[in-house]
Amino acid sequence: MYNFDFVKPATVEEALAALSDEDAQPLSGGQTLIPSMKQRLNAPSKLVSLLGIAALKGVKTSGDVMEIGATTTHAEVAAQATAYPALAALAGAIGDPAVRNRGTLGGSLANNDPAACYPAAVLASGATVVTSGREIAADDFFDGMFTTALDDGEIVTAVKFPIPQAAAYVKFEQPASRFPLCGVFVAKYADGVRVAVTGASEEGVFRWTEAEAALSADFSAGALTDLSLPADGMMTDLHGSAEYRAHLVKVLTGRAVSAAA
Amino acid sequence: MPKDGIGASVKRREDPRFLTGRGRYTDDINLKGQAHVHFLRADVAHAVLNGIDTAEAAAMPGVLRIFTATDFAAVGGLPCGWQITDRHGQPMQEPKHPIMAEGKIRHVGEILAAVVAESVEQARDAAEAIVVDYEELPAVIDMKAACAEGAVKVHDDLASNLCYDWGFVEENKAAVDEAFASAAHVTTLELVNNRLVANPMEPRVAIGDYALHDDSSTLYTTSQNPHVIRLLMGAFVLGIPEHKLRVVAPDVGGGFGTKIFHYAEEAFCTFAAKQLRRPVKWTSTRSEAFISDAHGRDHVTKIELALDGDNNFTALRTDTYANMGAYLSTFAPSVPTWLHGTLMAGNYRTPLIYVNVKAVFTNTVPVDAYRGAGRPEATFQLERVVDKAARELGVDPAELRRQNFIRKDEFPYATPVAVEYDTGDYEATLNKALEMSDYAGFDTRRQESAGRGKLRGIGLSHYIEACGIAPSNLVGQLGARAGLYESATVRVNATGGIVVMTGSHSHGQGHETSFPQVIADMIGIAPDQVEIVHGDTANTPMGMGTYGSRSIAVGGSAMVRATEKIIAKAKKIAAHLMEAAEADIELKDGAFTVAGTDKSVAWGDVTLAAYVPHNYPLDEIEPGLEETAFYDPANFTYPSGCYICEVEVDPDTGQVEVQSFTAADDFGNVINPMIVEGQVHGGVGQGIGQALLENCVYDADGQLLSASYMDYAMPRARDLPMINVDHSCCTPCTHNPLGVKGCGEAGAIGSPPALVNAVIDALQRAGTDVGHIDMPLSPDRVWAAMNA
Ligand SMILES: Cc1cc2nc3c(=O)[nH]c(=O)nc-3n(C[C@H](O)[C@H](O)[C@H](O)COP(=O)(O)OP(=O)(O)OC[C@H]3O[C@@H](n4cnc5c(N)ncnc54)[C@H](O)[C@@H]3O)c2cc1C
Repeated sequence: MYNFDFVKPATVEEALAALSDEDAQPLSGGQTLIPSMKQRLNAPSKLVSLLGIAALKGVKTSGDVMEIGATTTHAEVAAQATAYPALAALAGAIGDPAVRNRGTLGGSLANNDPAACYPAAVLASGATVVTSGREIAADDFFDGMFTTALDDGEIVTAVKFPIPQAAAYVKFEQPASRFPLCGVFVAKYADGVRVAVTGASEEGVFRWTEAEAALSADFSAGALTDLSLPADGMMTDLHGSAEYRAHLVKVLTGRAVSAAA
Repeated sequence: MPKDGIGASVKRREDPRFLTGRGRYTDDINLKGQAHVHFLRADVAHAVLNGIDTAEAAAMPGVLRIFTATDFAAVGGLPCGWQITDRHGQPMQEPKHPIMAEGKIRHVGEILAAVVAESVEQARDAAEAIVVDYEELPAVIDMKAACAEGAVKVHDDLASNLCYDWGFVEENKAAVDEAFASAAHVTTLELVNNRLVANPMEPRVAIGDYALHDDSSTLYTTSQNPHVIRLLMGAFVLGIPEHKLRVVAPDVGGGFGTKIFHYAEEAFCTFAAKQLRRPVKWTSTRSEAFISDAHGRDHVTKIELALDGDNNFTALRTDTYANMGAYLSTFAPSVPTWLHGTLMAGNYRTPLIYVNVKAVFTNTVPVDAYRGAGRPEATFQLERVVDKAARELGVDPAELRRQNFIRKDEFPYATPVAVEYDTGDYEATLNKALEMSDYAGFDTRRQESAGRGKLRGIGLSHYIEACGIAPSNLVGQLGARAGLYESATVRVNATGGIVVMTGSHSHGQGHETSFPQVIADMIGIAPDQVEIVHGDTANTPMGMGTYGSRSIAVGGSAMVRATEKIIAKAKKIAAHLMEAAEADIELKDGAFTVAGTDKSVAWGDVTLAAYVPHNYPLDEIEPGLEETAFYDPANFTYPSGCYICEVEVDPDTGQVEVQSFTAADDFGNVINPMIVEGQVHGGVGQGIGQALLENCVYDADGQLLSASYMDYAMPRARDLPMINVDHSCCTPCTHNPLGVKGCGEAGAIGSPPALVNAVIDALQRAGTDVGHIDMPLSPDRVWAAMNA
């Protein structure tokens, strides 16, 4: 690790000011950023911890919307997001206890790892990502592997999740990292079903629109029978070919529907 | 059931220390004035090294000195401990194994330069300023391609990439070929024994120290065999006589073979400490471990089994490519040959066997022994091909094995591959395992699984291994450049307590608990009267260390021999104290008695007399009570057993789940059943890891793709079932004093074929024609095989 400065402001405004320095970077749970700094792959001159900003933490539900602060840890979401059980279950199955006690929603979304769990929930829920300057619809937020709509110096402050009628997330673990080799989040709303897939595509999290249409008409695993996802654009690595991932998407979507229905 | 002697499950006395952070590992040692080294390692697999410019780096803060290959011009290469003679009677090709890359880079991770600085971070900072001028060459990765005509050479000074082409038994080749020509049935299987990274919990550490006052060096290192390191490094690399070199291996957090070998980092720290007159410390990061610890396995094999019309095995023929990596690690050449070819008879009466092994240099990390070393590779191919034969012939795999077993009354049994099994009862372990696993009730369980949409399969394997390495005269003939005896000094103190200094090293095996049980049993005192000292060449006699499941069979035997000498002398003293004839003295429950009388002296009285010789026959017996014994075994020991694995396969995803695992082992006599069971659990865990999860993968350019836990899948608790173990089928070893065989590697040897056989069974019962899947049986591979 190289040397760096560390600040821990108490408000979003102070954080934004601190982040205006070149090479300054926000730090949330540090579960992604710190390992990459230790490996000297990342060398921010200044870390701006967001954990001192009380307003960024917590789970609030009002009516049909659950709002979760950016620095809420995976363990806190697992325990507190009781009004959205599929989301709580997703958070409770990320990594291991140490990761869940440190890692946060905001860090996960900003990082947009193509195999992260949260992006699937945010996209399938049609959630709104609230940042220091604006509100971004989930469909506009994720922009391919490790890329988001966030501008330099802009931070995620919260996410607003519309609570679905029924939902489930099924992840199939990559044997080594236990991140999803493929994960599917299915959420059923009054106006239709949304299906978001993580871990599979070279473009990062995506919506499987054919499945959404079929499931909106008939919310049962059987509705998927005639669908198949092309392997084009799916990832191939040590743990699975593009064909295997495309196949898994269908299997897991069916399982998620069965679990939700 | 003995309370705390041989056969008692005494709790491990070392565990409170390990589990509460009170162990003393090498990294816990920090010497006054110590400096730190960071190694600049190659990030390409194969290149011509034109030059290394350290000028800018050397001027950076905290840097004490930067070393490159030129600093080691007067120093030897790392020695190889075993020379193989090839099919044509020629010695293997043996390239120099330099401490740092000389002229050429030969694998990712090879040391190019070493920066010694006041802190690790300063050393790392400076290493980034070193400029390496190199010209990349095409990498040699695939073993068969490496052997092709005109292949790029890893070592330009060698004739080819072939280290040796070994045939065993060469004289039998023609007869074996003939038997195949006249066979009623031939089963053929091509398979890969996947390359593994050992991944002990504790990464390697080395600290070199130099004492100016007596010109002596000390190396603290994470080793399974400190004396071996002292010999190899002192005599072959640095030229330090053994009386000026001390090697200390304190608590070691797992070895699994990869901490047997003498590594460049050890020689470097010892060398640099003398140059700089300061202790020099290196602690491997996990990332460095992946590219610098010797890897394991990595065989590509074709095996053929010939049977007659009655399903008797008539001949076996194998053809293996074994990866050596870029250089020969300490025992690398012995693993695919003498530790592999000699086991190809397995538990069977196969009369004719021919084994061919081509050892190949590639641009990868050196490959050497890993838990089981050669024996897992032998067992895997044999137990897979036997299983395949049973399926082809439509007979029960258990019964085909039973039919071909060496019978109980045929021991000692000389195999056609040069070893003589002293004892065994293979039907006993087979029957035991069939019963424990409820083999007969499998179909009910299969139907229950089918009801849940899962494919259930059952697989077995029957292993043999050769442990307790080894008779020195035999291994000497086979090319070992070392003797393989073990030693122990038993020092009895005046007040009766005992310290045993043993050459065996404990790095998880529980010697501190089980060794005292043996002495306690022999003398009749409590085990806590006995302390085990190991891991320091300054206070233990010359010993060869721990690997090949040899500690109790060889080290334990040395300890027994030394204790027998102690008892003999103590009897003389007791005879004198009781004014009786020596022949009439008996030792029982810690007291010496005179046969047929009520005269008795306690153990403590005798030991006191030995050290306070006031009334003592000094003209007949020396004072003191301390004896040393060296034990060189007469033969290997041959543990064997039957393993049965039951799996469920998810047909939609290819995911394999191990449902149950049964291990019926014959380890001969058992000192501490709880420790033995723990060894089996750990071995089976690693075997399931190899079969289901672990895979060390290089790309065509020689980059290690599985270079961290993000991609190298280690088994976790939830990947393993409860393991049902038994060691009641016991045929004691006939040639060592305890009748013990060794249990450290069995689990890793016997389990992979049982698991793979179970998966193939599940897929075939489901109507697929999948005949083989290479390990690891990861979901994508199983799914791809089902959908091929
Ligand atoms: C062993 C292990 C297993 C894991 N398993 C899983 C898994 O199964 N599924 C899964 O989804 N994830 C997994 N993770 C990742 C984990 O969820 C991380 O916590 C998460 O990806 C990052 O969150 P963080 O709070 O730690 O972010 P940090 O590491 O602090 O930051 C990550 C990145 O986001 C930026 N950032 C942080 N917060 C904000 C913000 N509010 N606004 C803008 N930018 C911000 C940082 O600058 C940095 O670039 C695992 C991690 C580990 C170490």
